[in-house]
Amino acid sequence: MRDAAANAVRIMSGNEACAEGALAAGLRFYAGYPITPSSEIAEELAVALPKVGGVFIQMEDEISAMGAVVGASLTGLKAMTATSGPGFSLKQENLGFACMAEVPCLVVNVQRGGPSTGLPTMPAQGDVMQARWGTHGDHPIIALVPNSVAETFALTVRALNLAETYRTPVILLLDEIIGHVNEKVQLPAQGTVEIVDRKPADVPPAEYRPYRHTPDSVPPMAAFGRDGYRFHVTGLSHDETGFPTNDPQQIDRLNRRLHAKIEQHRDAIVEVEQNDCADAEVAVFAYGSVARSARRAVEEARRMGIRAGLIRPRTLWPFPEREVQELAERVRTIVVPEMNLGQMAHEVEWAVRAKCGVVPFGRVDGQPIRPVQILSLIERAAHAPREKVTA
Amino acid sequence: MDYDKYLRLDKFPLIWCPGCGDGIVLKAILRAVDRIGLDRNEVCMVSGIGCSSRTSGYVDFNTLHTTHGRALTFATGVKMARPDLTVIVATGDGDATAIGGNHFIHAARRNIDITVILYNNCIYGMTGGQGSPATPVGKRTATAPLGSIEPSFDIAALAAGAGASFVARETVAKPLLLDKLIERAIRKKGFSLVEAMTPCPTTYGRLNKAGDGMAMTKFLKDHSVSAAKAETLSPEERTDAVVTGVFVDVDKPEYTEEYARVVEQFGGPARPAHRQLGQSA
Repeated sequence: MRDAAANAVRIMSGNEACAEGALAAGLRFYAGYPITPSSEIAEELAVALPKVGGVFIQMEDEISAMGAVVGASLTGLKAMTATSGPGFSLKQENLGFACMAEVPCLVVNVQRGGPSTGLPTMPAQGDVMQARWGTHGDHPIIALVPNSVAETFALTVRALNLAETYRTPVILLLDEIIGHVNEKVQLPAQGTVEIVDRKPADVPPAEYRPYRHTPDSVPPMAAFGRDGYRFHVTGLSHDETGFPTNDPQQIDRLNRRLHAKIEQHRDAIVEVEQNDCADAEVAVFAYGSVARSARRAVEEARRMGIRAGLIRPRTLWPFPEREVQELAERVRTIVVPEMNLGQMAHEVEWAVRAKCGVVPFGRVDGQPIRPVQILSLIERAAHAPREKVTA
Repeated sequence: MDYDKYLRLDKFPLIWCPGCGDGIVLKAILRAVDRIGLDRNEVCMVSGIGCSSRTSGYVDFNTLHTTHGRALTFATGVKMARPDLTVIVATGDGDATAIGGNHFIHAARRNIDITVILYNNCIYGMTGGQGSPATPVGKRTATAPLGSIEPSFDIAALAAGAGASFVARETVAKPLLLDKLIERAIRKKGFSLVEAMTPCPTTYGRLNKAGDGMAMTKFLKDHSVSAAKAETLSPEERTDAVVTGVFVDVDKPEYTEEYARVVEQFGGPARPAHRQLGQSA
């Protein structure tokens, strides 16, 4: 890896940009396990982290990598792991622990074709629901989804910042295209990247409660082995002190706070980009690499005289329900192309409450969705009677 | 010694059953910590799931009660981030060698400076007496109603084979020997294991008509033999023998120190220095 301070224009892949972004955000710990198509992130950090006195460790499996990340974060370090589909499945156990114990960390999933071993070198978006519900239990989560190399850098920074801000794991969903495509990027100059650190303990050790209910629902977080804050962390349902409890009131309070922590700050977390949506009659809801084809299709449609627009979530979870709902009031149809068979289309359908048509379009052969495919969907939607739009 | 200063007394009473040996192991750990003179702030105890792993809730250190079998993975993260902390893992035979078997052998292979106190009661106590990898052949469990047909692990030999720097086994029938071994294990720079044989009268005892905690502890005491003595026993005599003692005590490169050299070679800033405890007097 070259000098991260340089803000010259460079050519790099999404995976490299992810590693660079993490370093810029203050990453000091990486644990991972080799898996295509994410391994370059680990390889970059194996070189870069020791240079800044950070830790890189290749663990014996995906499960252990996630555990090590949580352990390191509890000592106060910014920590992450990166993986792909099969590895993401294995992360779920300790990812859930991070949700429950409120341990900031970043999990990158460079999505490849599935199910199972699937297509190690080909793109997919089949893990978007797993990102939401992959770990058991009724937990909240934040997931971000970039559509370019430059945005991968920016959203990696953001993901680590959100993790710190809300004491939560954050998932960054790339896909194989974004992970491996080489693009021109201009990295921000060193020192210009906004870095957020977790809220430190604000009371003396004797009074410290690691899971205190605060107005913003985010408890201040002390670090293991620092300044005499000795506290207990468990995956069991716990009270404000962090110790296990069977008290229904305490358990209910904890679960509701975990959700409130994200919902309460929804506006600060959700980012949605809209292009040409103001007067659109047909909108395309697309994310990740597919959003690039969608952008092109929308431009072509405009040239053809069709009032098309693009809504592109950069935050997939929490789902940008309100933005989609507002759009549904104005457009006839929302087309949802994705590299799965309708995972986010269902979410869009639920959000629009039948106020407009929703046309799902899925591609699951390991190939990218092409602009022409989306364009033809837009054309059909624009010309079809309102109630008869189908894929 | 004053045990209370290391305990979270407000979390008492302990969840362990009458006759369980886990409390004896807990006290042995505290005696070892006290003798070494460790500051509570410098100790991080990490545990998995099961009866043994509840130890972390009772000790006034930095404590981390993790997922089933994964204690060593979290502990590895803590130790890599803070080589200056003393990291102790409390785990059981099922936690460490069934669901956590992969982590156990790899932590030993890396020779990372973590001390594992493995409470071996040869059964899953907390979940009601199912068979573990340490259940001896022929012994009944809730999932082996006619007796286990699986050969069991020799856990100490497993750690030794995987590369641990210090490996010992003792029973709760000899608590003062146990704390000395735990002290040596904590002082050891590298991966160390103390396998503490402990009775579970509630499940193993009932299912195998082994008697109460006292009877089971007496059994452990009566059947303890040294490795040298074990060599002279007939195969029949060895079936019930509990071989105790120190099996491995070697010095070799420790992982966090090796990693510090990697950082140095890359020209990175100095990492927190590895803890230096030295050998016991």
